[in-house]
Amino acid sequence: MPPTYAQHQPVIQPAILAFLLSLLGFIFASFYSLDLQWRALFSGTAIHTSADFFHGFLPPALTHAFLLKVGQATLETLAMSAVGTGIACFFGSALALPASGRLGTWARRATRLLLNLLRSIPELVWALILLIAVGLGPFAGTLALAVHTTGVLGRLMADALENLPTEMEASLQVNDASPAAAFCYAALPQVLPQWMSYTLYRWENNIRAAAVLGIVGAGGLGQMLKFHLALFQMQEAATVIIATLLLIALVDSASFKLRHQFSA
Amino acid sequence: MSADFSCPPDPAWRSRVTALLIALIVLWPLLVASEFKPWQLFDKQSLDATGHFLRGFFPPAHSKEFLLLLLEATWQTIAIATAGLTLALLAAIPFTLLATETLSISRLESGHMRFISLLIRQTARWILVLLRSVPELVWALLLVRIFGLGPTAGVLAIALTYSGMLGKVYAEILESSDARTTQVLLRNGSGRLAALCYGVLPATAAELVSYTAFRWECAIRGSVVMGFVGAGGIGQRMDESMKMLAGDEVFTMLLVFLLLVACADFVSSFLRKRLV
Amino acid sequence: MSLVLTRINVHHHAAPGSNALLDINLSIASGEQVALIGPSGAGKTTLLHTLACAHKPEPGGEFSIAGVHPWRLSPAKRHALRTRWFLAPQTPPLPPRQRVVTAVLAGRLPQWPLWKAIVSLIHPREAAKAHAALMRFSLQEKLYERVDRLSGGERQRCGLARLLMSAANVFLVDEPLSALDPRLSRQTLAVLQDEATRRKATLICSLHQVDLALENFPRIVGLRHGRIVFDLPRAQVTDTMIAALYQNANATKHTAVPDLIHTARANSSPC
Repeated sequence: MPPTYAQHQPVIQPAILAFLLSLLGFIFASFYSLDLQWRALFSGTAIHTSADFFHGFLPPALTHAFLLKVGQATLETLAMSAVGTGIACFFGSALALPASGRLGTWARRATRLLLNLLRSIPELVWALILLIAVGLGPFAGTLALAVHTTGVLGRLMADALENLPTEMEASLQVNDASPAAAFCYAALPQVLPQWMSYTLYRWENNIRAAAVLGIVGAGGLGQMLKFHLALFQMQEAATVIIATLLLIALVDSASFKLRHQFSA
Repeated sequence: MSADFSCPPDPAWRSRVTALLIALIVLWPLLVASEFKPWQLFDKQSLDATGHFLRGFFPPAHSKEFLLLLLEATWQTIAIATAGLTLALLAAIPFTLLATETLSISRLESGHMRFISLLIRQTARWILVLLRSVPELVWALLLVRIFGLGPTAGVLAIALTYSGMLGKVYAEILESSDARTTQVLLRNGSGRLAALCYGVLPATAAELVSYTAFRWECAIRGSVVMGFVGAGGIGQRMDESMKMLAGDEVFTMLLVFLLLVACADFVSSFLRKRLV
Repeated sequence: MSLVLTRINVHHHAAPGSNALLDINLSIASGEQVALIGPSGAGKTTLLHTLACAHKPEPGGEFSIAGVHPWRLSPAKRHALRTRWFLAPQTPPLPPRQRVVTAVLAGRLPQWPLWKAIVSLIHPREAAKAHAALMRFSLQEKLYERVDRLSGGERQRCGLARLLMSAANVFLVDEPLSALDPRLSRQTLAVLQDEATRRKATLICSLHQVDLALENFPRIVGLRHGRIVFDLPRAQVTDTMIAALYQNANATKHTAVPDLIHTARANSSPC
């Protein structure tokens, strides 16, 4: 049968057209309802203000004493992210066992619900709640990162366990190894590299989160940034932002190297 | 090869012990710097404070005016995310076109890019890196200083951060597509934009839209969080209630927030499933 | 330890993906060495798995091991029986990133308390035993290598070294030579038979290589389509019987070829 070239196809199907139109409407409604200061945004004065504002950053504050303080805050942020991720790795892998269904269906459901709850609330909200429990300072931030990341890692690790081929464990158990020993000798060596790389990915994520947690009072670079911005000390703020960017780049490359080492 | 009947010692043992020692040596200052004092959680004063705050959760606030206020704040959060992402999208498109190597005309002709194109391309990439490296909350904090409290700062903060992320990932998606169709179009004299529309987009549209939907979901979380620095929406209300230790309001807002995140998650995964 | 199967049927749903067993009557005395031969898909693997209590036979048949009926016991008591035998699958399921020493020592797990098993993951316990077991297969050089750096044949012998580590006195070995060249095949089979003789253990071994089976095993069981075709001392097995066993089973006519390909692929696998 020869192809019929004259066959008429609508360029856009009606369902897609309706979707696109409602999307446009949604976007329009968003802009309309927000009362954005368009005039302030695009007027000459706004550009002028912004230019002034960002000009105020230069030159960044580089006095010896201030750099020392920034260094201290950088270490604090790094520590928050690393310790938070470490705790989350521990509890995440512990919760991954019930969440992967190894201890029964009910344990799986209950654990997954808990993990979802931990995961859905962002670090910053956790930090606000935990500030009430442990007071201002980096410990609240560390705990906030740990709690949120436990939810994320627990679920990822449980999924990794569930997707594992079972025959290696089965072959140990058929020869009378206990389930716990079979888990350690067959399942664990298979999932461990994956667990490590998930943990390192979350660490990269958590260094970004740790840098801003201070804004609500949980210590580190964020707290310094908020402090100096509140006092309009722009040059100091610029140094803090540069330190944040450097720290993020440093952790990214460290995590990249470690991930390659583990997956080799 | 000599027959060696004795069991050799484990070659990994020494490096394992060294790694453990190094880990312990590194861990100590980290624990000190993060003021890791878990017992603080359980001393009487903080238990009292936490208990008092948590007891305040019940019953959750449900007066009519509070719920209306909350509804408005929730819509504001969604609107900030949507408007911010739209602006980010508009900004990301030119950057993507600049950063994508597949669309380079000069590389096609001589095998390598002209210096000036290379410079522009690299500059575009560096701007994208800078935009996405500064956390959205820091952008918000800075912009609140310029535009004052309110949603404008939030929208712009999302627009800036997400244009960096979208630009980078869009360029990656476009480059991962089959380069030959595009090259044929470019070789036959079509313009860059035409080559994009007819060569690359048909193959990658689903992936592009799916990534955008995923980012919209992230933007909703982000816009909640940005409320804490005064960029409007549900986050700002939560911050206020938290400062007044109004547990019942905080609890209602947490519930609404969880619902919102679940809905955004559902919508974005629904879209992605339909597309891919 | 003696094994007795009377009118055993195993259906597909008990062993999905493998072949059913029909009306199997088999009695193996303690310390006997038996070779299972037959074309691919005859049910050799299913029979070994049934003997290892990995597949449950249909009701109506009888299966006893040293006079005990494992399927009449409680699951816990049946599990306790499992120390007595060792099932070595054809492709040993070893985690690729595990080190050989750990993989071999896993054969000791039934004897070890959990704390010892966990300590051994960090610092191998009884590494000398693993070394000795590997030495019998000339693999002692590989003691601290990672499993994914081994060739297919080395991995197969590593799985058999695990068998030597166990305390079992019934060896159920599935195609132990499928990835080995003729010289290594003979050496490996000799190690298995020596160990079985030394322990007075029962050895039941499925084999593709009919010549090796006839050369080394006093008793030969021929399986085809899930049934036992013959069960005879090797002197009474004739060429006609072998020919009839493998008739029209084109899969086995070319056994050497797929095995060679398998070995070659395993050997060339990147480290």
